[in-house]
This record gives sequence, structure tokens and C-alpha cells, in this order.
Amino acid sequence: MNNIFVYLEIEDGIVGDVSLELLTKGRSLAKQLNCKLEAVAAGYKLDGIGEQVFPYGVDVLHLADDKRLFPYTSLPHTSLLVNLFKEEKPQVALMGATSIGRDLGPRVSSALFSGLTADCTSLEIGTYEDKKAGKVYEKLLYQIRPAFGGNIVATIVNPDCRPQMATVREGVMKKEIKDPKFVGKTHKLDVSKYVSDTDFVVEVIERHMEKSKLNIKGSPIIVSGGYGVGSADNFKLLHELAATLGGEVGASRAAVDAGFAEHERQIGQTGTTVRPKLYIACGISGQIQHIAGMQESAMIIAINNDPKAPINQIADYVITGTVEDVLPKMIKYYKKNSK
Amino acid sequence: MSFKIVVLAKQVPDTRNVGKDAMKADGTVNRAALSAIYNPEDLNALEQALRLKSKIEGATVHILSMGPARAAEIIRESMYRGADGGYLLSGREFAGSDTLATSYALACAIRKMGKVDLIICGRQAIDGDTAQVGPQVAEKLGFPQITYAEEILDLTDNKITVKRRLERGVEVVKGPLPMLITVNGSAPECRPRHAKLTMKYKHAATPSEKQEAGNDYTDFYDTHPYLNITEWGVNDIEHDIQWLGLSGSPTKVKQIENVVFTAKESKRLTASDFEIESLMKELIANHTIG
Repeated sequence: MNNIFVYLEIEDGIVGDVSLELLTKGRSLAKQLNCKLEAVAAGYKLDGIGEQVFPYGVDVLHLADDKRLFPYTSLPHTSLLVNLFKEEKPQVALMGATSIGRDLGPRVSSALFSGLTADCTSLEIGTYEDKKAGKVYEKLLYQIRPAFGGNIVATIVNPDCRPQMATVREGVMKKEIKDPKFVGKTHKLDVSKYVSDTDFVVEVIERHMEKSKLNIKGSPIIVSGGYGVGSADNFKLLHELAATLGGEVGASRAAVDAGFAEHERQIGQTGTTVRPKLYIACGISGQIQHIAGMQESAMIIAINNDPKAPINQIADYVITGTVEDVLPKMIKYYKKNSK
Repeated sequence: MSFKIVVLAKQVPDTRNVGKDAMKADGTVNRAALSAIYNPEDLNALEQALRLKSKIEGATVHILSMGPARAAEIIRESMYRGADGGYLLSGREFAGSDTLATSYALACAIRKMGKVDLIICGRQAIDGDTAQVGPQVAEKLGFPQITYAEEILDLTDNKITVKRRLERGVEVVKGPLPMLITVNGSAPECRPRHAKLTMKYKHAATPSEKQEAGNDYTDFYDTHPYLNITEWGVNDIEHDIQWLGLSGSPTKVKQIENVVFTAKESKRLTASDFEIESLMKELIANHTIG
């Protein structure tokens, strides 16, 4: 009762990074709230899940192992969570802001009439005063998220309804093992008690999932381009520099929308959050929604022909110039002078 | 045979141009201060609906929108592109709704329409980016849902087949009607306005718009019933007031902050060979690269 629940996303028997990041966050929230951390795995052949998640400090792992629960479809997973939550009454429920979590979360929140905040960038514990009702709530979950295209940040609370639900994108929280030897309890669920046969109305006929080829999140060096790069052709220079330095290519939303780069490369609030050692921003003006996804980079170099671009304010080095001019010089120097 | 498709559409503030007075003191959005546009992914949804309409005999496409009086604009806009008509759900009782209160109100309005075969909406709106209202409406109505749709591939024997575009892949799924589908921005763009339809529906209006314009045209609307946009207030739908507006919203806005980043002291360089080379030398020396 009153614990923190994390819904695990599982593909090919592997728990997704987004879920492990949420477990890490959940663990620290559980400590603050003095409660347990529990995880829910729904799918097929889940024997290996425990050893993957227990090191993150999962006290109880609920396993719903049934052939029909993989691949994911909305209704069975919803029923499972709704009925489990009715029994367990969690105070907080977290899931990934992924195509699964954003399909499942709202449906569960609607069934339980509990508030859900999408795409949180930060989760904290704090007090909330409802001045109109003259009531003070202790230890609520602050669900902090950008709104209005990133121009504002809102702190949302769910004072009266439980669980307090939130989704978080992959890469926003950090993933950290608590204790490699820790083993929690496993609670096997009798799926037929939670999910009804009539829930299986939508069938998956075809499915092609690709393992992400990119690892932008884990790359120590990111060469990122914005609309100011000018063309998909100029983006090749970014790829060349990234390859030379051993980094990855990222992009702003505007560059992705313009077709200069794939969606997977998008960095920012609506893309991936990154914290590389070096971030080279090429032709990026620096909209808030982009900056929010890269401001924690250890070093930022901004290359822009607009000396007043907002990104320059958070950059360590500002190079006023064009991508076509600057990047080849960097590539040339590095090739000549590195071992 | 009738086949009723309802498209949920929202008029949204253009979040690309946000001014200072965009938020009210209570933390809710001051929509009056922003220019209003048709939510982009709802247009993708409309296109999917119009494609079905042309394939299924007797199919109709109606828009349902919740919002202030001026949201009737997007219903007319939809009619210019091929929709048959629409419903505007409006009233101060709906103000301050979060996604759950919004979906409750929309579900009540849909129930009032009688038999609805298919509901299509955009995946998410650009003012909130939550992607919650679609699935929540589906849950309230007891409909199954298919989210992240890119294309409706087939509809036969009361089963609909849909291609979904997910972050890391593609799925083709099949499910029974009635169904709610949310459509991605990667789906085909909406067809443009049709000149003849624009002429035909130019004067389509809600009762409050007609009232505002004066009563001179009452006869005109009686003889041209297709120009009437339905307008429902809270009393036109069967509802429980506690689930509407602020009281029906479990989430509360505690605080709103403008985003300000702390500026760093940056070193300014030109693109000269010497300055680029010195920078690269420095980066190699301090092991940032190499």
C-alpha cells in the first residue's frame, strides 16, 4: 500500500532504459517518502526480468506472464494496471513517455480518475497549499514539465487523487544501479484475475521494431545542427566532423522538421536530453525547447553567423561564422594533429 | 447505411508566438492573448476521416470541438475541406479543464450524438503536448483505441486495420468498431480548402454567431440547414457537474515559471584559421577531444 510503482517496458526480454531510469528516480523518491519501490512487468517469458531490475532497488516485482500480453496492446495492459492499482493503492505511478506509456497512462488515469502529467522533466517531493480550501498537503509529487512549446515550466500536483501519475521521456532521468546484489520479492500475478478475455480485441498483425542504431544519449561528443545549417547537404559536414571526433550527430526540432536529419537525432524537450562532454551547436539559434535538452553539456561550442543567437549565452565558446567555413577547418586540424 | 465518423479537433494557441500575458494568475492559459490555429495533428486526423468518407457509402464526417465561441472557426475550416458539419461544446463550466475533465465533457457530447462508428483525433495538441485526451475519451466511452496511427489501411466487416508509427518501429493492427484512433503528424497532410465548399459553407455559423450578426438572416438559415453548426452548452449534454471544469480536474497547477537560463561567460572567436586551430589545440590538450 502507498508505494511507488513503475511500469516496465520490455522488448525481447530486455527492460528498456527508460524504465531503468524511472526505477532509479523511483528509488530516490521512495527514500524521501519512506515507502517501497515496486515494478510491474507485463509480457511473455519474463523469467529474466528480476535480475535486471532488482539491482535498481526494486522491493517488489509484480509479474504478469502471459503469451497474450506480448506484444503490447492497450486494453489488456490497462486492465492489468487498473485492477492491480485498485488492490495495491500506490501513491505514485511512473511510466515512460514512449509510444507505450503515452498510450497506456491516459487510459489508466481515466479509469481510476487520477491525474496524469505527461513528459515530466523533473520529479520532486514537496508541500502544496490549496489556499481556497485552506488545506495543506504534505509530501506530494511535484510533476514538473515544460508547456507552451517550452516557453514556461509548470509544476503540477495531484492533491486528492491516487496514484499520482507521471510519464517521463527516455534520457531525462539518470540510470544508476543501487546495489548489484540486492534481490527483492517477486509477486506472480494470476493474469486471468486482472485481464478479461474481451480485452484482447485489437490484434497486432505485423510488427517491425528496430533497435536504435544511434546512441546519442551515450555519446561523449555531439555535433548538432539546426535550421541554420541550411540544407541536408551541409549536414554531411556535421557527420564528417562527428565521425572524425568519434561523436554522434544531433539536431534541433527545426532541422528535423526541415528534413535535414532523422527524428531519432532530435535533441530537446520533445526529443532526447543529452549531457555530453562536448556539444558543438551548428546553426542552432537556441530555442528554449532545444536548450533544455542540452544545457547540462560539460562544454558547449556554438557556431553561428548570428552573433546575437540566444544559444551563445550558454556557450563556452562562440564562433561567429558559417558551418561551411568553420567545420572543414576543425576537421582538417584534428586529422593532422591527433594521434 | 450510415457510418458516422467524428473528428475531435482543437483550436490551439500558436505556441510559437507566446507573449507575456499568455498565462492567467491561476496558472491556466489565457487563450484570448494568443493567435489561434487549427491543431496541426487534428488536420492529419481530418484527412484520414475524409479519405474514409470517400470510400464508404453514406459515411459522414463531423467535427467535435470544445472551446470558446471563436473555435467555430476550425469547424468551418473543416467544412471547407470536406467535413459535413460540426458540434461546438462551449461554456464557462468547461473552463479550467485538465485533460481528464476535457475528455469527460467530450465523451458526454459524443454519447449525445447517438451511434458513432469511429472517432479520429490528432495524437496531441501543440499547446500541451500531452497526448492524453484521445485515450481518455476512448476509456470513458468504453471504446478500444489505436494510437500513433499513420494510415488507415482497411475497413471491412466492421474491423479497421491501421498502420502505427512508433518511435522505434511500425505496427499494423486490426480491431473492431467502434474505435478511437489518434493520428500522428507523420500521416499525410490534410487536403487544402476546396473552392466550391468554401463558397458553400462560408456562412456556416453557430447560434451565438448568428445572434451576434443580428436576426436578419433567420430565414436564410432555415432554408439552408447545412449551414447550422451545432452549439452545445453544459445543459445540452447529460453530465455530472463535479466531473467538469476545475472540479473535474485532478491535476492542479502549483506554479508557473518562465524559463530563464543562466548565461555563461563565453569566449568569442572568429572563424579565422588561427582562432579555430587554437581552439582545437586547446580541446585536444584538455582531453575534451582525442
